[in-house]
Amino acid sequence: MAQTEADLLDNPVADRPTLILRSPDFHSITEAVAGVVEGPTPTAWWFFFLPSLALLGLLGVAVSWLFWEGIGIWGLNVPVGWAWDITNFVFWVGIAHAGTLISAILFLFRQTWRTSINRAAEAMTIFAVMCAMIFPGIHVGRIWVAYWMFPLPNQMDMWPNFRSPLLWDVFAVSVYGSVSLMFWYVGLIPDLATMRDRAKTKTRKLVYGIFALGWRGSVRQWSNYETAYLILAALATPLVLSVHSVVSMDFAVSILPGWHTTIFPPYFVAGAIFSGFAMVLTLMVICRTAFGLEHIMTLRHFDYMAKIILVTGTIVGFAYGMEFFTAWYSGNPYEVFAFLNRAGGPYAWAYWIMISCNVISPQIFWFKKARTSIPILFGLSIVINIGMWFERFVIIVTSLHRDFLPSAWGYFSPTFWDIACLLGSFGLFFTMFCLFVRFLPMVATAEVKTVLPQADPHWEPKPEREIKDGRALEPAPEGAS
Amino acid sequence: MSLFGPQLPTGPHYGILAEFTTPRDLYHACERVRDAGFTRWDAHTPFPVHGLEKAMGLRRSPLPWIVLGMGLLGLTLGFCLQWWVHSDAYPLVISGKPLLAWPAYIPITFEVGVLFAALGAVFGMFGLNRLPMHHHPLFRSKVFERVTDDAFFISIESWDPRFDPSTTGTLLKSLGARSVELLES
Repeated sequence: MAQTEADLLDNPVADRPTLILRSPDFHSITEAVAGVVEGPTPTAWWFFFLPSLALLGLLGVAVSWLFWEGIGIWGLNVPVGWAWDITNFVFWVGIAHAGTLISAILFLFRQTWRTSINRAAEAMTIFAVMCAMIFPGIHVGRIWVAYWMFPLPNQMDMWPNFRSPLLWDVFAVSVYGSVSLMFWYVGLIPDLATMRDRAKTKTRKLVYGIFALGWRGSVRQWSNYETAYLILAALATPLVLSVHSVVSMDFAVSILPGWHTTIFPPYFVAGAIFSGFAMVLTLMVICRTAFGLEHIMTLRHFDYMAKIILVTGTIVGFAYGMEFFTAWYSGNPYEVFAFLNRAGGPYAWAYWIMISCNVISPQIFWFKKARTSIPILFGLSIVINIGMWFERFVIIVTSLHRDFLPSAWGYFSPTFWDIACLLGSFGLFFTMFCLFVRFLPMVATAEVKTVLPQADPHWEPKPEREIKDGRALEPAPEGAS
Repeated sequence: MSLFGPQLPTGPHYGILAEFTTPRDLYHACERVRDAGFTRWDAHTPFPVHGLEKAMGLRRSPLPWIVLGMGLLGLTLGFCLQWWVHSDAYPLVISGKPLLAWPAYIPITFEVGVLFAALGAVFGMFGLNRLPMHHHPLFRSKVFERVTDDAFFISIESWDPRFDPSTTGTLLKSLGARSVELLES
């Protein structure tokens, strides 16, 4: 199937194939997506879920021990006061961004292909924000005063400093989490109503029914609903750009060489989308194969995502180069040293992992064969995520570990608990994602139906259209790879 | 429909529900029902069908005004909170910045504005759509369960001045409805 489908992508004789393959009718879309949730739990699901749950348990242990003992259990010390905690935070916030890009920005640009992947990508956003929010919360050390981050009236008459980027970050990430959750839920309502109407058991009818809010799919409702969806997309677009910009200002507003650069906001946003799309690829490759959704998440979707990865990866590569140029052009010896130290100092290994994963490896996506090969896409998506984790590590740790005075220099090494927190956050992420694919429709069926040709009220079946769709069907579709 | 008036028709019948098979049939039927002068009626689809609001003669949703109001409220509250905290409640000079350091207030002002606007969009939509409403006479119909799958419906409510249990049913039948059902309220 992989070959034929890839050939169809740019067959100059035929028209472009339809977005959704196998010429489905509306009902078969519902069946394909809702069937996953209604059927018995596949054994393979447990192979993903149980290890994830175990890692989540590890996170519980690590965080409890951290609260008990203090942040000294991590490898942090002067001069490296921020290391894996903030690396993980920035990494997870970055992952989240692809979901919003797909659901909001591509919606505004009328990219209808997003409908096949937007639900799962938005879910990914929410779970990634959950993982991200853990780290600033726990890294304060005195967790019992974490509420000082919020402007709550208190008996000390004390208020947070609104002029600090660290507080902007609290607002940006929590607003981002809330808006993403609302956006996701609004998108889910019609599909929850589908689950309610198909429910065979009382419990299902009750639970899905409560969350479907009594949706009747009336045109008066759809009219308000679509307006709300459009407005949420328009709000989420500047929001998502602001979030990673604000995250980057945590660094850029400081006066530390290596952090104090104006290129940070756009560079961080591009990196966020880059890593997020890689994570979407990882998840979608698994989901479409595991749940037989190859006709909904087609190679064409992967082709588009690989192009976005190529673009953003190259922007990130440009930013890496630009940082060096700016350091040299500034004429500031500390600035120059920070960058030479980054590429040739004790953390050079991390720097070159970052460069090879983020700049060199995505260049393979110039080739269509790579963009439509599931094994390459899957492998590279993991390579990119490793690279993007290292990017944040390089930015944070290499800028800190060699201070202005050589007597204060140091080298950061992670402890067991650093590693436990990182692995644990993956446990939280994958546990949530496993529960999501098990209990909620992972494709926005109401939106996918709108991109079928027969959804247009002016559509008439034409003979040649059927021939073309027939060709897409010719080789019996079976699981790719 | 007034915002605070009764939401459902009183009397023995809720109205008539007619099922159509394709968006195309539904679209043309809606145009005819609109032209016949019905006002208290609706169409039901599994997904938003492009242009159906026009075929039904609906006005644009007033939701953007709610969102605008909420957004402006959020911007104002966000800015005033920071202004008040730094100049009145807790005036501290930090890193030499003035107490009314308005450029530094912009990010949080923006975030709070977006939060309020999004809340306005979601809850405004719920309000305009009268959601949640878990009981509705339409849910008594067995065929209506497919409205979230692949079936298309028109419902004409009994309090429409032109409603008549028999002639309205005949009209819908003549527009190509697959089935027509009279629903109790």
